[in-house]
Amino acid sequence: MFSELDSILDISPENCPQREFILLSDRKADASFLIHYFLSFYLRAGCKVCFLGLVQSFSHYSAVSQRLGVSLTQAREKGQLVFLEGLKGALAVLLEEEPSPSPQKLAFLRSPHTNLRGLYEFVQGSLMAKGEGDKWGPPVLIVDDLTVFLSLGVRGGAVLDFTHYCRAFVCSKLQGNVVMLIRGEEEESDEEGSEWLLKGLTHQCSLALRVEGLPTGYCRDIHGQMEVFRRVNGSCVGGPKTQKNLFQYKVHDKGASFFARGTSSAVL
Amino acid sequence: MAAPSNSMSGSGPEQKARFASNTTSFQKKSRSNFISIPGTRPSVQNGQLIVSTGVTSLDYVIGGGLAVGTLLLIEEDKYDSYSRMLLKYFLAEGVVCGHSLYIASAREPPDEILQELPAPILDDIASPRSEEAQGKLGDPDGQDSMKIAWRYQNLPKVQTALASSSRFGHYYDVSKAMDTDMRQAAKCTSFYLPDEVTHSSAAESSQMNEGYRALLRSVQGAIHSQGFDGSTPQKSRNVLRIGLQSLGSALWGDDICCSESPGHAAGLTTFLYGLRALLRSSLSVAMVTVPAHLVQSRAIMERVTKLCDTAIALESFRGLDTEANPLYKDYHGLLQVKQIPHLNCLVCEVPDSKDLAFKLKRKQFTIERLHLPPDLSDTVSRLSKPDLAESAKLLSSGCGSSTPGKKHLDF
Repeated sequence: MFSELDSILDISPENCPQREFILLSDRKADASFLIHYFLSFYLRAGCKVCFLGLVQSFSHYSAVSQRLGVSLTQAREKGQLVFLEGLKGALAVLLEEEPSPSPQKLAFLRSPHTNLRGLYEFVQGSLMAKGEGDKWGPPVLIVDDLTVFLSLGVRGGAVLDFTHYCRAFVCSKLQGNVVMLIRGEEEESDEEGSEWLLKGLTHQCSLALRVEGLPTGYCRDIHGQMEVFRRVNGSCVGGPKTQKNLFQYKVHDKGASFFARGTSSAVL
Repeated sequence: MAAPSNSMSGSGPEQKARFASNTTSFQKKSRSNFISIPGTRPSVQNGQLIVSTGVTSLDYVIGGGLAVGTLLLIEEDKYDSYSRMLLKYFLAEGVVCGHSLYIASAREPPDEILQELPAPILDDIASPRSEEAQGKLGDPDGQDSMKIAWRYQNLPKVQTALASSSRFGHYYDVSKAMDTDMRQAAKCTSFYLPDEVTHSSAAESSQMNEGYRALLRSVQGAIHSQGFDGSTPQKSRNVLRIGLQSLGSALWGDDICCSESPGHAAGLTTFLYGLRALLRSSLSVAMVTVPAHLVQSRAIMERVTKLCDTAIALESFRGLDTEANPLYKDYHGLLQVKQIPHLNCLVCEVPDSKDLAFKLKRKQFTIERLHLPPDLSDTVSRLSKPDLAESAKLLSSGCGSSTPGKKHLDF
């Protein structure tokens, strides 16, 4: 399981922080294991979760969560989880002849220079809806992943607007948390590319987990390294500071192990 | 563990049908649990239903085979000769296993690709269909087969190529074309862009251009009309193999090869997203070749890679000065595994080594671990040392997995 990551981030399902904007990014590595970690973590902590799964099908997330000991299907039936499966609705929107007049959550797939307003309204609606009193903890929004928006032709500025709205709504208004994944690109690209977006989001976030491949190249026993940046609002005169830690990691079947640099069990 | 395994390919109705077919409780668990479609098997690692790519060593490199419902990206080599061969292998494997085919091209009529499929070497009996075919093919081959050591003739030869211990997929003889009867028995849908799209409507509000839209519609139509979306009864289930040639090239009406900041930068990626949505909800598997060296913006190519599941890049030595290099005399090019999918689990199959090379023998395409030839004589090695150093540098840049060091270490 992910107990090591719990202690690195100093969180536990009983003691779940609020008002955090967590940014996950990767470069030459795959950070999707962190998405699965946060999804299962917040479900275990009893939070109300809105998950925008754009890259994979529901069954994929469900199968992985099953291994991590959380059932997505049950959480969905109980109303704890609102799951938007991007791939499911995509085809109908992509191939429809006439654009429907009412704004939809996936309308961005259709027209080129659109914004993500429909999607934001979906997030708003699903996290605001209160079924059976205050059964669930603080609301959480998880997005996997933002790069898909760019691939589908949404402008970087529109994505940044969307994240800003979400942060204002979830973190400030509802005292909840936001987790977003963005996949980096190796080369600096055009204006409003993925790197540009990453910079803009790093500026906003309270906790950044940056996953990278090893700078020395591919290794079978160490899958990469993870940098943890935390913005600490210290009471000292110096004002806000950032803490930075670096770990190497290896992903297992049911979790990941983290260790200080150079202390992999394969090396020692 | 096996329960969520093939949920990716069709999910609900399949599982119900599986339970219904389990009439007695005394059944061998491993086999009866999965719907048995010829040419597929459950993956050892995550139980996902996989098919062979047609090249046994490629299957090994990407972790056993291609999972049904996923997309394999091949970055073409300079002359599109080896990537085209991989596409033909992929389709030929489908013909031998009795899968349905879907071929799309903008350059040549798909029938031409179909006519060049390599002939299978059917020394084992995989399906009743191939048994019949063997009867036809067997006679001329039987003449020159070994008579004395008959028990050994089916044994694999000592091979350096990468392969898993259990046999999966077939071997092909690229020097011969596939038998016409066999080829015509296969159910094939083809899409030739000039025939499908006659006029181009400029006023299009979507990201995708006319060609991609027509292709996506056609794939969707093929999947629905032939029942690969799980609408057919379980008995007649089959797999659709989709081969799409040179997507992203100018022939498809795409401009990502033409300029660094193209007008329709998201056209191909949007198409791939739609294709992924189709594949994930049906019993189909796709191979896409893209001329990556022509795509001007690296950022677009990376997005394309991320929207595919498995990604492989071919780099052939043909026409380069590396061809004459002694280091590479055994190989025809380098092969790079760019991406391996994480399907239904956190980890993916990680290879031991990412330094891979391919070669085309007289009859067969194989992938091997790249290794340096032994340094036999003193004088020769001294002569060729700077040469080797040069190529070692090239190698590290080509495979991208070793340290980007510029200095050659001389021991």
